Amino acid sequence: MQLSYYPGCTLKTDAKNFEKSALAVLEHLGVSVDELADWYCCGVCFSQTRDNLMQQIAPVRTLVKAKESGNRQLLALCTMCYNTLKRSIEFIKDDAEKMETIHQFMDLETTQFYGNEVDVVDILTLIKQIGLEKLKNSIVKTDAGLKIASYYGCMLLRPKEIAIDSPDDPVIMEEILASAGCENVYFPFRTECCGSYQIVNEPEIVKDRTRKIVGSAVKNGADLMVMLCPLCYFNLDEIQQDIQKEDKSFQTIPVLYITQLLALLMGLKPDIHDFSLHSIDPRPVLKMKGLL
Amino acid sequence: MTKNKQISSHRISSEDVDQLKDISGVNVYACYQCGNCSSACPAVEFMDIPPHQVIRMVQLGFIDELVKSETPWICAACITCTVKCPRGVDIARVMEGLRQLVLRSDFEHGNLCDIDEKLRKKLPQIALIGNFRKTIL
Repeated sequence: MQLSYYPGCTLKTDAKNFEKSALAVLEHLGVSVDELADWYCCGVCFSQTRDNLMQQIAPVRTLVKAKESGNRQLLALCTMCYNTLKRSIEFIKDDAEKMETIHQFMDLETTQFYGNEVDVVDILTLIKQIGLEKLKNSIVKTDAGLKIASYYGCMLLRPKEIAIDSPDDPVIMEEILASAGCENVYFPFRTECCGSYQIVNEPEIVKDRTRKIVGSAVKNGADLMVMLCPLCYFNLDEIQQDIQKEDKSFQTIPVLYITQLLALLMGLKPDIHDFSLHSIDPRPVLKMKGLL
Repeated sequence: MTKNKQISSHRISSEDVDQLKDISGVNVYACYQCGNCSSACPAVEFMDIPPHQVIRMVQLGFIDELVKSETPWICAACITCTVKCPRGVDIARVMEGLRQLVLRSDFEHGNLCDIDEKLRKKLPQIALIGNFRKTIL
């Protein structure tokens, strides 16, 4: 299986552990990805305006590069990139007039793009495509007995047109983790927004969200929380410490990218993780469960 | 809703309402005020006007009041309201339209130095870029 890969900005900086672990897991499962030779910022938040095509240029330029790469599938690990690229395709496909206007603003791109030549894929869907049986066979630490709370956030589930699973009751992360031998912890806040970029202007909203999301996962008995979005990760990992400074009774929980957990369960080299990037140190729990 | 503002046909057919429709492409008149959006919104307690009332106010042409309110700037575009709406009203797009009415007339709406330095150094890029595309500092 061969596919193109779009990392986006944060996977090369704050979320290096996500990129390294995801690529290691895929390699272990026999999938090689080609990083696009040249890529641009996707714009992070999809422009929800109907009348402003300028904001589609950034994602479309990357999609043109993906088409030129010759691979049908484009893997976007960052969920914000996934959301933006996928919604951009939904917005422009089958609309020749919009595409013509966008092409008029792109000087460097000579390849015509119509919107239906590239499939943007997230890593959960990709793992399911590879096969849960194959994943199961690749796990070496089968008796870790971990209780995992899977947090989906918004970007993989909403709006419905780009959802990878049911927006109300998704199960794809739980299916993957069950195949990997983990016990799933269902908690009511698993699809709720973490506050997103409001961390910049309105950190109180993010604190409130983190308190509720983490509190709910802890109350339901989780050892670890796993997710995919680098922004959710920052909000839920970093902000836990701020909350604990204000409220000593607040119980923290380590947060991992789901691919980090899979890499540990597969027994891949632990040096891909860079645990210094974590605010709540997951190593004590991982050691206790025999994963380190 | 502001009590001393009278409902009038002039207000309902104002240019602002048309502009918001052009930006968002949403038919707000499909809304019958069930309140699902407001009950699902994870940030509603931080808002001064809950989402279902925002839609009602757009129907009645209270755009001035809405662009001055806190609500569009509290919304983080998580799209939960839109997914929950039984009438197919894309509330998240209306919020974006209200933000755009302000952002398109104010180009000086972001200064990195206004963000607390300790926080700024820790923030991932996606938080900063997302913020600058959606809000004013």
